[in-house]
Amino acid sequence: MKYPNKIPHRYIHVPKPFFNSHMKKIVIIDYGLGNLRSVRKGLEHAGANVIISSDPEEIKSADGVILPGVGAFRDAMKNVESLRSTIDEYVASGKPMLGICLGQQMMLSTSEEGGLTEGLNLVKGQVLRFPHSDLKVPHMGWNSIKITQQHPIFNGINDGSFVYFVHSYYVDTTDKNTLISCEYGTEFAAAIVNDAGNVVGTQFHPEKSGDTGLKILKNFVAMC
Amino acid sequence: MLTKRIIPCLDVTLDEEGGTVVKGIEFVDLRKAGDPVELAKRYNEQGADELVFLDITASHEGRGTMVKVIERTANEVFIPLTVGGGINSIEDIRQILRAGADKVSINTAAVKNPDLIKESSDIFGAQCIVTAIDCRRNLDVENNPNKTILELEDGTPAWYEVVIYGGRQPTGIDAVQWAKKVEELGSGEILLTSMDKDGTYDGFDIPITRKLSEELEIPIIASGGVGNPEHMYEGFTKGKADAALAASIFHFGEYTVNDVKEYLKEKNIPVRL
Repeated sequence: MKYPNKIPHRYIHVPKPFFNSHMKKIVIIDYGLGNLRSVRKGLEHAGANVIISSDPEEIKSADGVILPGVGAFRDAMKNVESLRSTIDEYVASGKPMLGICLGQQMMLSTSEEGGLTEGLNLVKGQVLRFPHSDLKVPHMGWNSIKITQQHPIFNGINDGSFVYFVHSYYVDTTDKNTLISCEYGTEFAAAIVNDAGNVVGTQFHPEKSGDTGLKILKNFVAMC
Repeated sequence: MLTKRIIPCLDVTLDEEGGTVVKGIEFVDLRKAGDPVELAKRYNEQGADELVFLDITASHEGRGTMVKVIERTANEVFIPLTVGGGINSIEDIRQILRAGADKVSINTAAVKNPDLIKESSDIFGAQCIVTAIDCRRNLDVENNPNKTILELEDGTPAWYEVVIYGGRQPTGIDAVQWAKKVEELGSGEILLTSMDKDGTYDGFDIPITRKLSEELEIPIIASGGVGNPEHMYEGFTKGKADAALAASIFHFGEYTVNDVKEYLKEKNIPVRL
């Protein structure tokens, strides 16, 4: 059976986007390149009002902030340098922040990517390269996670869930600052938290991890 | 444990009315059988680990339409999306990533201008630069002393020659050497297609897949020749591939992604189910 290509307009119900005061304002920090659309859509899916911006005032007035990350550590730190005091001030306010992939790595004290480079130092620890072995680098694809510490952002997420990773460097931090661990040749921190509990980072991409990832983004919006 | 990835590939082109369609689809129960976004959603529901869109229009008009398809897909499907076909420049890559793709696959343009790999990898990160290598078996080993000679299934020696423009033009380049070079230049992954196997439903080209998987540090996606789930199994075991790409077996509705994964799981291949 052939279906018409065009459906008469009256049959299509298109809900109008609306913003009201109950919606959480989430700012995705814009410091360069890459695919920010998926994070944005994932957060909108969770009911947030999402703004992509590098304006310090927007960041400070947000209910929640996302530090995304694509590319190399050194370049990313250079790009975010001018926002450093804004980020510090925001974090000190106690409001939630989520770093994703390189965004998580940037939260650490140092990284050895591209020569030892200082990070934002929001969580104590270092970023190291996967050692040379039989395993492929980047660690790319869906791997299972082990939840080592409860946190609201992982409410309803089960041990053994699959999430999507793509990275050549990994985070090495304390057990106290680790929320999720993952095994790839070595056991590394796949999700971390600062001492105060408001800054969380994931090495995996929740915006690319199907329903599991959307649930995590929803939990983040609920924290804000 | 890191799982092996199953990746459906969608060849996207334009129909007479300028709408986007996926070539070779035979699902009868989709409202618009050829709509790439509907298909992306379907494969996502079936458990696809990633999706590849191949723009086969290779026209300016096609590119604009493709960007809209990527945007619509990224709005609704939350798994990694790779886009390839006719990508020639940093600007092309920027446009496609901005539309919501996670990786781009570069083929002919990389052979003609290897610096494009290095430059794009430096700017966007190695993780989003996939180099697509199309190759064909060349049995003339005597006159090609500097090529990497592999043993085919029946013991015949051969080297694999890189071909471009969809397989129409041989380049004289050794596929193994080229793969090592693109890794050095900063490619994050290789999408390997053997033209001898593509469209045969006969299984992956194991000798070259295995060779690249063993020689390189970056992941290898095997492509070309899948006719059944057992071929996927062979690609992962004999071919040591990290991911397997297929089109027809999924498009014809003969197997779902989930069918393939159930089969692999039974044979102890780690998959996401």
